[in-house]
Amino acid sequence: MMKTDEKMIVNGKRLDGRKPDEMREIKMEVGVIPNADGSAKVSFGKTTAIAAVYGPRKLFPRHKQKSDTGIIQYNYDMATFSVDERKRPGPGRRETEISKVSRLALEPVLFLKDFPKTTVDVFIEIIEADGSTRVTAINAASLALADAGVPMRDLIVGLSGGMVNGVPIIDLCGKEDNYCDADVPIAFLPNKNEITLLQMDGRLTPEETKSIVRNVLHAGKEVYKKQVEALKKKYSE
Amino acid sequence: MKKNDKKSREITVPGELIGSSKTFKSGYGTYIEGDKIFSEFVGILQKKDDYVSVIPLSGVYIPQRNDRIIGVIEEVQKFGWIVNVNSAWDGFLPTSEGIDDYVDVKKVKMERYFDVGDIIYTQVNDHKKGDVQLTMRTPIARKLRGGVIIKITPSKVPRLIGKQGSMVTLIKEKTGTIIRVGQNGLVWISGENVDKAIKSIKMIEQKSHIFGLTEEISKLLS
Repeated sequence: MMKTDEKMIVNGKRLDGRKPDEMREIKMEVGVIPNADGSAKVSFGKTTAIAAVYGPRKLFPRHKQKSDTGIIQYNYDMATFSVDERKRPGPGRRETEISKVSRLALEPVLFLKDFPKTTVDVFIEIIEADGSTRVTAINAASLALADAGVPMRDLIVGLSGGMVNGVPIIDLCGKEDNYCDADVPIAFLPNKNEITLLQMDGRLTPEETKSIVRNVLHAGKEVYKKQVEALKKKYSE
Repeated sequence: MKKNDKKSREITVPGELIGSSKTFKSGYGTYIEGDKIFSEFVGILQKKDDYVSVIPLSGVYIPQRNDRIIGVIEEVQKFGWIVNVNSAWDGFLPTSEGIDDYVDVKKVKMERYFDVGDIIYTQVNDHKKGDVQLTMRTPIARKLRGGVIIKITPSKVPRLIGKQGSMVTLIKEKTGTIIRVGQNGLVWISGENVDKAIKSIKMIEQKSHIFGLTEEISKLLS
């Protein structure tokens, strides 16, 4: 972890004035790309992700087809202008890894067994990055999949937790992401209480980990409500 | 809009609890875990007596036996045709199911019957694990000549047809067109005022979830 002299928490308030268990402003919108089967835009503060879903559709090349089940192809990408210093375009080590873990997070949610030989394509573009991009992307993917009408077991909620100066926090912003003691992105199914993504970068004791996970699962219910609201809004004029 | 307040359609989201399997039978768009029934789709919840189902508001077409669909010939093969049926899989129409007369495949060109790009009104014979078999051996099946094809969401097809075909008959009469609706979401239109018919069909697709749609359509067409 990088070191900084700056105090991350002063008088119980974080860098951007939030309380430790407070999330940034959440905006969700469904159906932003008319040509996609399903799409969504999700922002947590200054982090914005756009998701487009196509399928289930025929999978090519043919050797990738599975005769007993469908597959997900998840593509996470950051726009060159999404960060302060221009990011080199195209997927690198980081993007490939995030695509894989996110795909594994989505697999238990879909009934892919009903769609043999097909693929569900999920394309994510981060147009504004300020920490917690992978969980924001998962929220967008969840909404886009539901919008596309792919059969799902549940919606999926992503939210990051972490630890700064010994205080557990949720929904890390970019600076906190860089200088925190540890950050823990989590994705889970709110109605089933199943965790499908849990990563950790940093050092935590078992007790600290447990308390962070508990905080995130609790706060995630708020994110779930926003998702439901966004989906229902599209169909109620 | 006043009607809406009294009896608005209830919209479900995936994973939403919609009942217990002890009191309800689960229908399309739902799944059972433990003894609880959950929704699979963003859709309209329907409860009839002890039967619950969810009609999805979007999604691809899933072929089912005896569905009457519209397909476009994609490829001519030795013993049949590959047909695009607007689904996740292609349909296959074998020679024996496609034509009535006996043909010697060595001598006769299959293009004589159906060529690439031809539109057919056909029926699903069977669907197993992504293998969709079609048949023309039903009275309703035929080749459609001329006309245009438009796509709508497959789950909204019943709304377009209306009660005993009331909605589609209305459009047919008012615009002087011939319309054939496939259950896979492809609609074939031919006749005088095709543009107007397309406009009204698109409107039905957009406003499928509101009440009093038939009146609105007849207002648009007159």
